[in-house]
Amino acid sequence: MRIQPLGDTALLAELGTRLDTAINTRAIALAAALKKRRDVRQAIAGYASVTVHFDPDLATHESLAAAIKRLAAKRPPMEEPGRLHRIPVTYDGPDIADVIERLKLSREKIIEIHSRPIYRVFLVGFVPGWAYLGPLPEELQLPRRDVPRTQVPAGSVAIAGRQSGIYPLPSPGGWHLIGRTSVKLFLPDSDPPCLFRAGDRVKFFLAPA
Amino acid sequence: MIPALHVEKPGLLTTVQDLGRPNAIAAGVQPGGAMDRFAHAAANLLVGNDPGLATLECTLIGPALVAEQTCLIAITGADLDPRVNGAPAPMWTSLLLGAGDRLTFAGRRQGARAYIAIAGGFAADRWLGSLSTNLMTARGGKQGRPLKAGDALSAAGEASKPTGAGRNLPEHLRPAYSDHTLHAFAGPHLKRLDAEGRHRLYSSPYEIGRDSDRMGYRLDGPKLSITGEELLSFGLVAGAVQVPRGGLPILLMADHQTAGGYPVVATVVSASLPIAAQLLPGDQLQLAEITVARAQKMRQALAAALETLRGEAG
Repeated sequence: MRIQPLGDTALLAELGTRLDTAINTRAIALAAALKKRRDVRQAIAGYASVTVHFDPDLATHESLAAAIKRLAAKRPPMEEPGRLHRIPVTYDGPDIADVIERLKLSREKIIEIHSRPIYRVFLVGFVPGWAYLGPLPEELQLPRRDVPRTQVPAGSVAIAGRQSGIYPLPSPGGWHLIGRTSVKLFLPDSDPPCLFRAGDRVKFFLAPA
Repeated sequence: MIPALHVEKPGLLTTVQDLGRPNAIAAGVQPGGAMDRFAHAAANLLVGNDPGLATLECTLIGPALVAEQTCLIAITGADLDPRVNGAPAPMWTSLLLGAGDRLTFAGRRQGARAYIAIAGGFAADRWLGSLSTNLMTARGGKQGRPLKAGDALSAAGEASKPTGAGRNLPEHLRPAYSDHTLHAFAGPHLKRLDAEGRHRLYSSPYEIGRDSDRMGYRLDGPKLSITGEELLSFGLVAGAVQVPRGGLPILLMADHQTAGGYPVVATVVSASLPIAAQLLPGDQLQLAEITVARAQKMRQALAAALETLRGEAG
């Protein structure tokens, strides 16, 4: 594990460098354990890391790094399966033709592959309600677009690398837009204001026409 | 509730801000809050408030506000040449406005963001534990938007330590906004920069680019080349200097995205963020490397300056 300062009141603990469910499970458990400490203001799990904001009057990078190592050495609690969300998708995104072309797969095949797995919510972040879902099957793996769009409509279902995601709000974005869903991801009147939480599971299905 | 202030002109971008919503980061909501936390806290303390109450953050062109009743205010941060009924008004000082008094700003003299506090704190919409305006989601503050002409502003209550006019933060305790040096130390991915890049980062001035706002500043200057594979997204902090593939660094500010995967090669220390908050597109900045220990000392010095305003009877 690499633990390094991220500014004078935070640090980044990196548990690994791979997109891996077991590492992500450990990161989420470590963040939850750290949040209970009095000297920790926030602990946010990433894919394979935890960003820890601490109270500089109560802790130093060194004291917290030692505490993180102790916590990480403990066996993580058994993970309960996250809530399962079933998300209907209409596969008519503005990039679907381009994705068909680049992957040399039919539209039907792309739909079948994209809606096959049960994805894990690795983390919620970037913009309100955005969830990084994975792993996306290798057959659909594409690098991000060379030129990001300045505005992607809310509800767009997208893929990039080994990940899939849904744009919760109109925002800039560099992923390939393969479809859209009517399900609302950003719930401003709820707390937390989002449908998905880290550790949840997501299954896409073809929306009835 | 009788409004305290009537908004005659809103200024360029005037928003209600407090300390933001750190508890909503895990939902992907930008932490938000005042860009210059020092000026924000000082303004509150000068009028007898707890340091985290809501203030108005006024960007570059200040608003024109008319007092509807007697109220105690303080103006801190950028010097936008504040005037009361046309006469120069002191900054970093508590001021009593009488009914009908007009607060205006004649123009930028130094800095980018001025803060106006009112005794009792400004009343505003609470969202996820904070009154800060989140422009992306149109929540919090004044209906999730910047102030507009015709708005009425009220105090949320009474000051916790009622005080009077004339309290002041001495000049030597205020941030040196004219010095655009931002102190920083290594970020977790510094090794992804080559030796030349590491040298450039701390030796070249950078200019704040046009696409810069409360989310972050794009820095124009020498490009930095990054090596290695894409990183898995991780939680970000204000002050992080990230370098995308294009090689021009981005300094993350209060409304930064909560997670990202660009390498963070440096982090501007918390004591320099008030200086960063006072920069606008076209301004130049220079990063200067310091130790973590020095950063802690600088942070403590700012906290001590604010401490002089606590508890002291007005």
